[in-house]
Amino acid sequence: MVDSKQQWKAWLYLAPAIVLLLVFTVWPIINTVRMSLLENYSGLQATAGAQFQFGLGNFLKVVRYRQFTQCLKNTCILCFLTVPISTILALLIAVALNSIKFLQKGLQTIFFLPYVTNSIAIGMVFAAMFNIVGSFYGTENELIVTAGIINNVIEFFGGTHINWINYGSSYAANIFVMVVYIVWNALPFKILVLLGGLQGINKQYYEAAKVDGTPRRRVFTKITVPLLSPMLAYVVITGFIGGFKEYTSIVGIFGETMGPPDAAKRLNTMVGFIYDSLSSNSQGRASAAALILFAIILVVTLINNQVSKKRVHY
Amino acid sequence: MKVVLQNLTKIFPSRDKKAGKEVVAVNDFNFEIPDGKLIGLLGPSGCGKSTTLYMISGLQKPTSGKIFFGDDDVTELSTENRGIGLVFQNYALYPHMTVQQNILFPLQNLKGADKLSKEEMQERAYNAAKLVQIEELMDRKPSELSGGQQQRVAIARALVKMPRVLLLDEPLSNLDARLRLQTREEIRRIQKETGITTVFVTHDQEEAMSISDMIVVMKLGVLQQIGKPQDVYDDPANLFVAKFLGTPPINVLEGKIQGGKVYIGQEAVLEVSGAEDQDVVIGIRPEGFELAETGALHCNLVNVEVMGRDVSIVSHHPASQNASIRSIINADHKTSVGGQIVRYDLKPHKVFLFNKETEERIRCEVK
Ligand SMILES: Nc1ncnc2c1ncn2[C@@H]1O[C@H](COP(=O)(O)OP(=O)(O)O)[C@@H](O)[C@H]1O
Ligand SMILES: [Mg+2]
Repeated sequence: MVDSKQQWKAWLYLAPAIVLLLVFTVWPIINTVRMSLLENYSGLQATAGAQFQFGLGNFLKVVRYRQFTQCLKNTCILCFLTVPISTILALLIAVALNSIKFLQKGLQTIFFLPYVTNSIAIGMVFAAMFNIVGSFYGTENELIVTAGIINNVIEFFGGTHINWINYGSSYAANIFVMVVYIVWNALPFKILVLLGGLQGINKQYYEAAKVDGTPRRRVFTKITVPLLSPMLAYVVITGFIGGFKEYTSIVGIFGETMGPPDAAKRLNTMVGFIYDSLSSNSQGRASAAALILFAIILVVTLINNQVSKKRVHY
Repeated sequence: MKVVLQNLTKIFPSRDKKAGKEVVAVNDFNFEIPDGKLIGLLGPSGCGKSTTLYMISGLQKPTSGKIFFGDDDVTELSTENRGIGLVFQNYALYPHMTVQQNILFPLQNLKGADKLSKEEMQERAYNAAKLVQIEELMDRKPSELSGGQQQRVAIARALVKMPRVLLLDEPLSNLDARLRLQTREEIRRIQKETGITTVFVTHDQEEAMSISDMIVVMKLGVLQQIGKPQDVYDDPANLFVAKFLGTPPINVLEGKIQGGKVYIGQEAVLEVSGAEDQDVVIGIRPEGFELAETGALHCNLVNVEVMGRDVSIVSHHPASQNASIRSIINADHKTSVGGQIVRYDLKPHKVFLFNKETEERIRCEVK
């Protein structure tokens, strides 16, 4: 125990951090809860002196919104597709990287590049790659020329081009592009964490396995993966948390329409919904949606923790 | 299975290409490990013991030389096909598996004709566990075991495949003193029971002497001497071996051979025949001293330590290379030690003479 004379010093040193936390974290959270519980709360009207009743109306409204269910669906689909895919890919790449000596440093840098590149910029590049026609809007007189490199490749091998993201593109094609893009974006961090984990595994386990003539597949499944399980749990949990907050990646590819021109908002996400509510001055609704998102992330993380308690070794 | 090493050499290339020079970890080893014996590979840290062991195991490839198991040349054979069991210095038990899973693991890798049924595997694992007396601990994880128990699991895992050769890399160095004593006897018992040719690496001479059928003493990658522990102790080939074996260590003094006598300082302590006059280094085992009123060797008394069975006398002599001379005298001889000076006679068979430059043993008759 620190004796009481010294205690004020401890508080003094902690004060800057506590003040910042109070102002920028604790107060906003309290305020969010307050706003979500005031019926139809609007910041603009509040400053004009309007009074709001207490109630759960905001939450009911949010849940009943068709736009909200669509956002929830999009978010979940993207999450449950991209987290497993990116984790497995990252694991394979990390293991491969760890097993080579030559060029390891160089390749590591290359794999890490997306992490330090602006995701909107990457999004624009992806949009260009998946492009199909000369123009975005699909008006009658527009010339259809294949422009995106993906479609060029498909046509080179004799396939017909696919409308990925332009006017009239299908929901499935849109989701496919988003999955590719999000996975691509998520890889570097996961590879980095898993590679770090791999390099921390004692080489003697592998020598012991070698003495016992363990086949490579079995070494991977029975030794590498279990010994890496704490890192795997970490990337999965942070992956889900990040996935439920997906927003910028959609903007990166589709712009603020959050969908192809003929189906704006089709790919909107939970965070997108919150931003929309804010921009239409419905802070009550936005707060309610934010709390719902928080609850979902909390539940998913708790489930993840439960699963990893059974699966994560030591 | 007898194991033969022929001109075995391992050179590690230097890491730093400009300045560093390559490391000759093992230099031209030739020796034969007889079938069913336990041999102790002994030497100070960094002398190439582990490297030798890893080459026998196949985890490291020799730079040159050959390794035979029986009459088979296994130099090019991969580790898993050599039929060896290896116990690592820090055990390398898989931390996420139970004791049972750890022991079963090597069996589950067997393929083709060697493949075992589930029941056979269980039985073999149980027998191995029983041999090392851990059958009660089968469901524990390694982290829930003491060092000594982990050690046993590692041995069980190495034995369960019924290897032709068992290799142990400093298996006792992570244990506390009492457990070390107990476990080394255990290893001896297991080796006797199974009759597996065993190589036991250690830097602790007492450990090697106490359980080995044969010891191999190494220094800086070069083999110094091979033989039964007692023979090597009684007849060291050079000063290094003489110094390395024995607790308390041998006393080393400077002296000379002149006219058929061995001199320490001005004192002629022994007679010698068959050696030319020269400066020598004299090694005297602690038990090589005898108190004598008329003894030739005069030492300045520092201290007498009574240890029950024996008495240990610490003294100084100007010719001594060690800080002090330690002799061990049987306590039965109620010899009272008093005054400033102790006088000793020396037992000729406990005194070794070494060339001052080469530190090789001078073979001659000491009386
Ligand atoms: N992989 C390696 N690369 C370079 N040098 C090594 C390597 N392994 C061992 N050495 C060197 O070889 C010598 C013998 O090492 P080792 O066999 O581990 O000694 P010991 O087991 O007797 O302590 C040491 O000088 C050590 O630095
Ligand atoms: Mg070693």
